[in-house]
Amino acid sequence: MTEAATLINPYPEALTDVEMRYCPGCTHGTAHRLVAEVIDELGVKDRTIAVATVGCSVYAYEYFNTDAVQAAHGRGPAVATGIKRVHPDSVVFTYQGDGDLASIGMGEVVHAAARGENFTIIFINNAVFGMTQGQMAPTTLVGQKTTTSPRGRTTAEAGWPIRVCELLNTLEGPGFIAREALTTPPRIRSAKKSIRRAFETQLAGEGFALVELLSTCSAWWGMTPVEAVYHIEDVMIEHYPLQTFRDRLAEAGRSEGDGNA
Amino acid sequence: MREELFMAGIGGQGVNLAGQLIGRAGMNLGLSVSWVPIYSPEVRGGSSTCTIVLTDGRVGSPTSERPTSMVLMDPKSVATFIGRVIEGGLVVINSSLVREAPPCDGCRVLMVPANDIAAEIGNARTVNMALLGAWAAGTDVMSVADVARALREMLPERHHVHMPDNEAALERGAEIARAAR
Amino acid sequence: MSEERRRAFISGNEATAEGGIAGGCRHFFGYPITPQNKIPEYMSEHLPLIGGVYLQAESEVAAINMVYGASAAGARVMTTSSSPGIALMQEGLSYMLGAELPAVLVNMVRGGPGLGNIAVAQSDYWLATRGAGHGDGRCITLTPYSVQELHDFTARAFEIADRYQNITMVLADAILASMMEPCELIPRREMDPPDRPYAVGPHDSAERERNIVNSLWVDFDVMEAVNLRNEERYARAAAEITDWDEFGSDDPQILLCAYGISARICESAVMRAEEAGVRMRLLRPKTVFPFPTQPIREWAERVDAVLVVELSMGQFVEDVRLAVEGRCPVDLLGRAGGNMPSVTDVVNRVREVATKAGVSVG
Repeated sequence: MTEAATLINPYPEALTDVEMRYCPGCTHGTAHRLVAEVIDELGVKDRTIAVATVGCSVYAYEYFNTDAVQAAHGRGPAVATGIKRVHPDSVVFTYQGDGDLASIGMGEVVHAAARGENFTIIFINNAVFGMTQGQMAPTTLVGQKTTTSPRGRTTAEAGWPIRVCELLNTLEGPGFIAREALTTPPRIRSAKKSIRRAFETQLAGEGFALVELLSTCSAWWGMTPVEAVYHIEDVMIEHYPLQTFRDRLAEAGRSEGDGNA
Repeated sequence: MREELFMAGIGGQGVNLAGQLIGRAGMNLGLSVSWVPIYSPEVRGGSSTCTIVLTDGRVGSPTSERPTSMVLMDPKSVATFIGRVIEGGLVVINSSLVREAPPCDGCRVLMVPANDIAAEIGNARTVNMALLGAWAAGTDVMSVADVARALREMLPERHHVHMPDNEAALERGAEIARAAR
Repeated sequence: MSEERRRAFISGNEATAEGGIAGGCRHFFGYPITPQNKIPEYMSEHLPLIGGVYLQAESEVAAINMVYGASAAGARVMTTSSSPGIALMQEGLSYMLGAELPAVLVNMVRGGPGLGNIAVAQSDYWLATRGAGHGDGRCITLTPYSVQELHDFTARAFEIADRYQNITMVLADAILASMMEPCELIPRREMDPPDRPYAVGPHDSAERERNIVNSLWVDFDVMEAVNLRNEERYARAAAEITDWDEFGSDDPQILLCAYGISARICESAVMRAEEAGVRMRLLRPKTVFPFPTQPIREWAERVDAVLVVELSMGQFVEDVRLAVEGRCPVDLLGRAGGNMPSVTDVVNRVREVATKAGVSVG
């Protein structure tokens, strides 16, 4: 880099320079980058506390350049509740996969949402347990083959996939709920807007905010990274529609958080 | 000195609060005290029991195998527990509900028509005070005034208007005990 | 402590809650379970009035993880429960031991196994002293035997927890929880935040590196180092805070060992030693982890037998046997399910144990 050169997209301060251990083609890296950019843009890095959970993103505390707490499987929202109640002026987010949030941690996320806990959840939905090698998740689609639904998920055996945003949208507590997909550049830009909104909602004290990100797992879907992107576009979105379900800031006519939690 | 007071009645008679009152009065006198609601196999069917230990030594066990005195408020409690009192122990019975005390070798029985006394005073909540008045005057642990003082401390300020009724019930119970001595 | 204390006639649950506040607790997360509900009720009444936080969690699982988060954020934090609830908290406890976080936990033990009942029991001794979930970690465990000690020990547990960066448990039971006794209350006071340089929270990144609270250590040596640090803490605690009390004959034939409510019954038995015709002494641990191994061992050299009294089928007795190491016979009087031995039961068993040990019983 010469002195005159200017980076249009500088490396986010809110990310460390630790090399990420995600599989090639995985969209975790994209999600991390978007969250880090939002933290930088909002200027809240020194008061942000990341809650890493259990799943492929278990090392998230190594990647986000903020204070961080690693939580037990599914307990991120409870840990985040404890942190936020001690430091109401902090910016707290959990980063959870579908097994962590929608399976073992369903109780914690529903109650944190119902209480309107003032923190943000980044929810990665790739419809499979990645870290433990491709088992069925609560968001696995009917018919989808996993290492524990080798003939494809059947409703007779395993019931139906859970739509987390729609479920949480029945509650009064959340201030922001949206589902996005990490596929094409326009969708990724839209995802970043929602992530920013979810943090702004927290900064404005408007309660629980969750962004679900439809993400790829080419490794356990048995696809190339490109095929995996098309799989989201062609199959997953049909079951998990992309939508902003709740936006209390917009309802209140505010376009930006006021910066005060 | 070691007094082990056992109290029993049915839910709603204020057994536990009456027991706590005696415990607090004992504390005011500088005694070592414990109050414990007792779990024992024979306690079933809505009975409410508690034990208060008052001593100038160590309390040790807060439960009692052979109480030195008893306040029994209903027929079932009398039938179930009266046999456990020590020889020479005092048993105060609510004679408004228990017409006849069962035989109790060597124990001193005081029949106190507590519901009738409360009715005469015109305050149904003073039933247990009449029984405690008899207990206090029938033993040498504390005076009726000590019980009244503890009650005043325990009652919220807004209920202090009921103190004269309670003191009257305590005194009516005490009179029965003094007459029997 | 030298400060002026106010005397109150209160229940063990209330004394515990107020002890927590006196110890600096300003954050409480809990889930209702009998027989300790007066504690969360008390905290919900008092904490918001003094700038604290009470939150009713959706489960004990969530409660202990809220405790984990609050402790990581630097707060003096506490939760209380009873046996089945403590069982649910085991996962969170293990994570806290792995992350080396302090917190205070109270267990008002009730009858088990299973849903059991809500009566007195001491059957969570192993859960307390061996428990804290998976892995090698242990809870420092304090065993009060009166309402006063519930208050004092709970207050002190906060200092101990921070001193050793370790969960500190107050282990009591359904009777101690509900019984009322006079209690000299430690005055409430404002306390400086605990010294936790590792805590997360808003900061100036120019002044400190970012903090990470974690229990994931993939590297064998790093994971072993956590265990070695914990072992070093437990050795330090053994040297510094092991505590017990003794009562009775200076030349005993029988040593009674009991903690908590059982020690109260044994105390009464010792007061009946003359009638029993056996010289007795009660040794009651006030800490069971660390365990008062040394004094029990010393008495085992001098007495004819040891009788352990506990409200379980035999948990605490194992630690006594490890301390005695065969120096004299150790017998157990155990009851369960809400039953307690009477004082007479203890006296009679002392006479039996003494006779068996060759003591000429008076």
